[in-house]
Amino acid sequence: MSGRSKLQQVLENGGFAVTCEIGPPKGAAVDALREKVRFVRDYVHAANVTDCQTAVVRLSSIAAAVHLQGEGVEAVAQMTCRDRNRIAMQSDLLGAYSLGIRNLLCLTGDHQRFGNHPQARNVFDLDSVQLVDMVRAMQDEGVFQCGEPIRAGVPQFFLGAVENPFADPFEYRVLRLEKKINAGARFIQTQSVFDLERFRRFMELVRAKNLHRRCYILPGVSPVRSVRAVEYMRDRVPGITIPDQIVQRMRSAADPAQEGVEIGLELIAGLREIEGVAGIHIMAIAWEQVIPELVERAGLMRSGYPHIHKK
Amino acid sequence: MIVAEQKPFKEIVECLRGKYDLLIVPCMSCTAVCFAGGSQQGEELASALRIHCKMHGDGLNCTVRSLNRQCDPEFIEELAEEAAKADSILSLACGVGVQFLAERYPDKAVIPALNTRFAGGKTAPGIWEERCSLCGNCVLHVTGGICPITRCAKGLLNGPCGGSEQGVCEIDPDVPCAWQMIIDRMSTLGRLDELLAIQRPKDWSTGNAGGLRRLVREDLRG
Repeated sequence: MSGRSKLQQVLENGGFAVTCEIGPPKGAAVDALREKVRFVRDYVHAANVTDCQTAVVRLSSIAAAVHLQGEGVEAVAQMTCRDRNRIAMQSDLLGAYSLGIRNLLCLTGDHQRFGNHPQARNVFDLDSVQLVDMVRAMQDEGVFQCGEPIRAGVPQFFLGAVENPFADPFEYRVLRLEKKINAGARFIQTQSVFDLERFRRFMELVRAKNLHRRCYILPGVSPVRSVRAVEYMRDRVPGITIPDQIVQRMRSAADPAQEGVEIGLELIAGLREIEGVAGIHIMAIAWEQVIPELVERAGLMRSGYPHIHKK
Repeated sequence: MIVAEQKPFKEIVECLRGKYDLLIVPCMSCTAVCFAGGSQQGEELASALRIHCKMHGDGLNCTVRSLNRQCDPEFIEELAEEAAKADSILSLACGVGVQFLAERYPDKAVIPALNTRFAGGKTAPGIWEERCSLCGNCVLHVTGGICPITRCAKGLLNGPCGGSEQGVCEIDPDVPCAWQMIIDRMSTLGRLDELLAIQRPKDWSTGNAGGLRRLVREDLRG
């Protein structure tokens, strides 16, 4: 049970990594999931599988990750702190590793108020920093959170965390990033970037602390398909800010979907120029079909290193 | 203090299940202070029940007897005589008082007139807010005197989640982000760098995850 993940190898070899997000289905049928995955297979290094995002019940991240890998796409399993205590977390992580999952992204998790079970009791036994730290200790020290040794088979995930440069308080976001790196995060995927200027300022603070040399930062990019989608994200998704200028462009576009692609391409181009950006994380929510076009037109297929793994 | 509010009158009537040989017991501590379970609220409840019974042709025999505290066996003892005459006791205390009454008077139906809400205080006239989750393991010295376990919707110990925007929590625009408050306060105190230290997983066994909590002080035991 060893071996670095492909995502880790790409990043450690200095490649510009491309990941995307796949939402598991609200049911046990996985045909559509597998089809979605085949569609993006040749265009990303790895695909994240969300863990009941927005607190809506879906097929589990770890199970969906196994389906992804069955289609030849390396998965990044996600784990939030909302639904599991430290016992369940560690158990599920051992299970995920035993099933071949090698990348793990740790998150706090959206509050259940936003989901389809707002009357549920949340857990938050650990927070995301503690989760990262617990996984690091499992891997580096071979111990469970309680200090007892893991018997046979210490997992070795490529360990990631998230940061939202667009949430407040702005200056503290970098300190929180540092905290996650200190806890053991090796890569960071961020909330979707729409406000490049603010993200540049965030990265300035990151570089001032040399944090970009201690982890790989993959800013999020969300191509938006319609005016409705952009307004929904702006108004309803916690932690996302979208400049008026982008909303205006979508509104006045003759073909909003095409405009969404153009905006996405501009954002990717802008992000690639920022020192310390190690890749991008595409979150095309309910619009995974756009990923091939976006990756191809962004020139990420001809980057001069073999970052696209054919099956 | 313990903050409570009265149950809807209809629900209280349903809880009584037609037993109107009643001892109404206000509590003069926390629930009186938050205008939910004091003697005035007890008298008002008695009046409302009298009207209700009159309208429905039910007989009502009700006495109001306030206690200084219902979370203390010494005070509860004062009720013995009146309790003996009643079928049911309607307590205007918090859940602690209701249970202490039920333990002392096991042959009576003891009914809660209030919903016990939280440990908190008054922030403005008519407004009470929670401040303590009774976790049994206080961290307020680390967080600038603001409790993240109680005031953060996710109880986070290592900083704000990604849903903190302009000082407001993602769950409700009327809820301030506890971590924004903590960061502001620690900045004011010149102690922001202390928040870089990773707070280890909390020991919840002192909280309500550990089953019934009991505090023993040997120096005070008889």
